Amino acid sequence: MNEPASRRRIITAGLAAAGASGLAYGARLASRYGLIPPDSGGIWGIGETLTYATERVLMSGGSVAREFDRSAISGVTPVNGAVPGAAAYERLLAGRFSDWRLRVDGLVARPSTFSLDELKQLPSRSQITHMACEEGWSFIAEWTGVPLSYLLTLGGMSPRARFVVFFPFDENWDSLDLADALHPQTLLAYGMNGQDLPTPHGAPLRLRVARQLGYKSVKYLSRILVTDSLKDIGSGGGSISPDIGYSWFAGI
Amino acid sequence: MTHWIFTLAFFGLVVSGVAILLAHPRFYWGETGGYGAASLFDLPLPLVLTGQTGWGRSLHFLCAWMAVLAGLVYAVSVVVTGHFGRQLLPAPTRPRAAEEGAYNVLQQLTYLAVVFVVFPMAILTGLAMSPAIASVVPQAVTVWGGQQSARTVHFFVADLLVLFLLVHLAMVIRAGFSSRMRAMITGRIASKEPR
Repeated sequence: MNEPASRRRIITAGLAAAGASGLAYGARLASRYGLIPPDSGGIWGIGETLTYATERVLMSGGSVAREFDRSAISGVTPVNGAVPGAAAYERLLAGRFSDWRLRVDGLVARPSTFSLDELKQLPSRSQITHMACEEGWSFIAEWTGVPLSYLLTLGGMSPRARFVVFFPFDENWDSLDLADALHPQTLLAYGMNGQDLPTPHGAPLRLRVARQLGYKSVKYLSRILVTDSLKDIGSGGGSISPDIGYSWFAGI
Repeated sequence: MTHWIFTLAFFGLVVSGVAILLAHPRFYWGETGGYGAASLFDLPLPLVLTGQTGWGRSLHFLCAWMAVLAGLVYAVSVVVTGHFGRQLLPAPTRPRAAEEGAYNVLQQLTYLAVVFVVFPMAILTGLAMSPAIASVVPQAVTVWGGQQSARTVHFFVADLLVLFLLVHLAMVIRAGFSSRMRAMITGRIASKEPR
């Protein structure tokens, strides 16, 4: 056997051993620190888990999405998806959402409901951020709303809570881990570019998650559920996205 | 070894990249862009919105991880084994006798540029499209002049890599496909006399 071949063999064996022990150690650490996404199963789950764990660690310093000047606001604000066809939603829309209520329940000390006016009287935050669709297009807009963290604190979120689930009037339910649910830029937005949220953008209330792609910003909200597990909701993947072939975590 | 993992990953990246592209075959410069806004250019491709970006994206990110990890192992191993200094760095004083079977200067420079400039650019422009990464390192986006600019550069870099692949394949075939494959798999170059 010649010299370079034996050296190559030693290096390969060393790398394989380091890789195997690294993987085992990584898996133990990841589950302890909540770095495994709900859609971690299957072949795609490998990529999902690597991305989620890596970006969660990178963002653990409390990173914030870029905020822009008013001059950066886009003139064109495309939307995806249709306005919900549910009769309940059409009735509320016709009544200008005066009968609409947001329910907040689950692992909170004080489950409650809020009207649109009640939400508008809570402390608000406005921010001009970039929203990108997974298809490739994007726009910048100003969003105004109640920080989700404020509402969760108001409800008395239990220390057992691990996820916050969002149910809209259509089938596009989703959920956030606490890192994004409690993030200062995560809003329950009722305003866009200084006006009430336009119907195609999710009136009367939408979620706005600044550090993930647009599809995480659930439109047409109806109910918010605080939970310690996503297993029994839908097919257990944490949102409708894994059921239709997309990632639960859209930080990418 | 890393070459074949990389080959598989690269193939997956190209196929899934096209799948993703078909959901919005338009390109912009700056931060934003979409239907209704002026585009830089439109590709003459059909607009396909049948959910192929779902598996397209999953495949793209899985293959990106494979390519990056294989690429790191390769980059470390070429330096550690001395292949980098011996075969890849242009050396004007190399003895004539050793020239046969070695790469010429143009080949060396192209490989170096692809491995250490073009591939890193593909990774960096890809990361610039991630809202999570952008929140951690805003410069990852601003250096390209915006998120849509990064997407456009990503497209051109990918085209460049596909072009390199085609030339690379043509050269391997011209050099003798089966002897090159044997050399890659066994690590030995067949001697001219029969054994």
